[in-house]
Amino acid sequence: MTDAIVVEGLVKRFGATTALDGVDLTVTEGSVLGLLGPNGAGKTTVVRILTTLLLADAGRAEVVGLDVVRDADAVRASIGLTGQYAAVDEYLTGFENLEMVGRLYHLRKGEARSRAGELLERFDLSDAADRPAKTYSGGMRRRLDIAASLINRPRVLFLDEPTTGLDPRSRLAMWEFIAELADGGTTILLTTQYLEEADRLADRMVVIDRGKVIARGTGDELKAQVGGQRLEFTLARAVDIVEATKRLRPLAVDEPRSDEQSRRLSLPVRGGTEVLAEALRRLEGSGVEVLDVGLRRPDLDDVFLTLTGHAAEEAGDVDDETREPDRTTTGREPAPTAGSTR
Amino acid sequence: MTTLAMAVSDSLTITRRNLIKVKRVPDLIVFATLSPIMFVLLFRYVFGSAIPVPGGLSYAEFLLPGIFAQTVIFGSTITGASLAEDLQKGLIDRFRSLPMARSAVLVGRTVADLGLNVLTIAVMMITGLLVGWRIHTSVGEAILGVLLLLVFAYAMSWVMALVGLLVRTPEVVNNASFIVIFPITFIANTFVPIDNFPPVLKTFAEWNPVSAVVQGARELFGNVVPGTPPPESWALQNPVLYVFIWVVGFLVIFVPLSVRTYRRTASR
Repeated sequence: MTDAIVVEGLVKRFGATTALDGVDLTVTEGSVLGLLGPNGAGKTTVVRILTTLLLADAGRAEVVGLDVVRDADAVRASIGLTGQYAAVDEYLTGFENLEMVGRLYHLRKGEARSRAGELLERFDLSDAADRPAKTYSGGMRRRLDIAASLINRPRVLFLDEPTTGLDPRSRLAMWEFIAELADGGTTILLTTQYLEEADRLADRMVVIDRGKVIARGTGDELKAQVGGQRLEFTLARAVDIVEATKRLRPLAVDEPRSDEQSRRLSLPVRGGTEVLAEALRRLEGSGVEVLDVGLRRPDLDDVFLTLTGHAAEEAGDVDDETREPDRTTTGREPAPTAGSTR
Repeated sequence: MTTLAMAVSDSLTITRRNLIKVKRVPDLIVFATLSPIMFVLLFRYVFGSAIPVPGGLSYAEFLLPGIFAQTVIFGSTITGASLAEDLQKGLIDRFRSLPMARSAVLVGRTVADLGLNVLTIAVMMITGLLVGWRIHTSVGEAILGVLLLLVFAYAMSWVMALVGLLVRTPEVVNNASFIVIFPITFIANTFVPIDNFPPVLKTFAEWNPVSAVVQGARELFGNVVPGTPPPESWALQNPVLYVFIWVVGFLVIFVPLSVRTYRRTASR
């Protein structure tokens, strides 16, 4: 199979900050790559270089066999881009937005209009087609934005944090749309902060941090690298952490982590729900009061803690990805807890 | 499609998009025309009684071409503010990721703003006729007068396009251009005759292209008294030619510079 995207040794600096420090990656034609990393890791910078918006300082990148600098126009004709926030014209209606983009892809008028109608239908926006996009909800704008990037039936689609800021229902709907596109054979490069999202949609993942690739592989390979499951306790009293750690340590396959302030104790374990039962048995009669316990699969935080030694949220220091004002309030959501007792 | 046909078609698409906004946000037009009407009325009736005009011309006749010039020049700031807004909202990113002509976003913007200026001038001319301003020349000359104003404003739009792409915040574009445009439209023959200006200001006013735009418009509308002594500077003796030189200069410098900046710009 051929590669739809090839990136070699990409370097990008913004003033004194190095946003990308030699990134290599490839995306097989027809597959979905999840580009994972915290705010400021360089995900958006990679997307911007691949979509011809930004010039790299070193390295090279090809999309559908075309150099993104030398053949920029040909690249633009074969890609679709949905940026971090919905780039729709709020004064135009949904239909007008899509028609305009179609015309700018140089579709004939009739074709642009029929394609616009088709995509509005497909993204459940037909009812809102003649309303200015100003009146759309966040989820609707995002859908309109993705629809716009599909006007030209792109061979490669770039989705930069397509679900950031969406409520859970819109997020699920968005996942379905993306999965459908992938099934249709579109090559997709998807950036996300959510391991769960990448897990669901991506065939392969690349994790970047501070402009460097720190891990790559399938979701399972990454999780294996991170070390499987974790048992997480929230205790009623911080003083109990010592006693609980003492009793539970034999079950852990690696060093337990604890945090006094949140009264949390976290143990890397193997063995599924039996371990959970065993752990609870060991705490019986100890006087340790457990508020909450759960068996968790690793999430992006764990990937980061394991691979870099720092948490995902603290990682961002490059300012190129912190534009979205509501970003901090949307926050991260933990991955679903497998076999959780919560 | 040839490159040129593509550029024209893309520019038209963008112009249409910008004009739809004008249609959807009528406040835009209301305020774009209300403030010049206010200026016409204030200057005509408040200053009009106190400002003597050479040759016994009525102040309304003297004033209106000046107000026209100031207003269309202020109209050009919309170009900068709108581009800054498009940058902020990520629309420029979308456009830059499309296989469209690199000049189209800027051409479409400046052309739409030119359209807005045509409308503004029409409203002001009607207001002017109501308060005593008259055209004393042929239709052809009057049309040339309007064109002179519009062409200069269009060239200013390209200056503002660059400002908008560099400054990136619509409010800042507005404030910054106010600081520049207010003085250049006041240190000129816009509202008062320049003969009694202090020497330095007088020289500035004589060579200020805004003065030449106003002088040219006055001559083309016939708002000068025949037989008044000719202005002292070459610029004001040959206002249309002088304005033309500035327009060509602005376009030659700022069209390529703005397009180049657009190609490299990226929202942050």
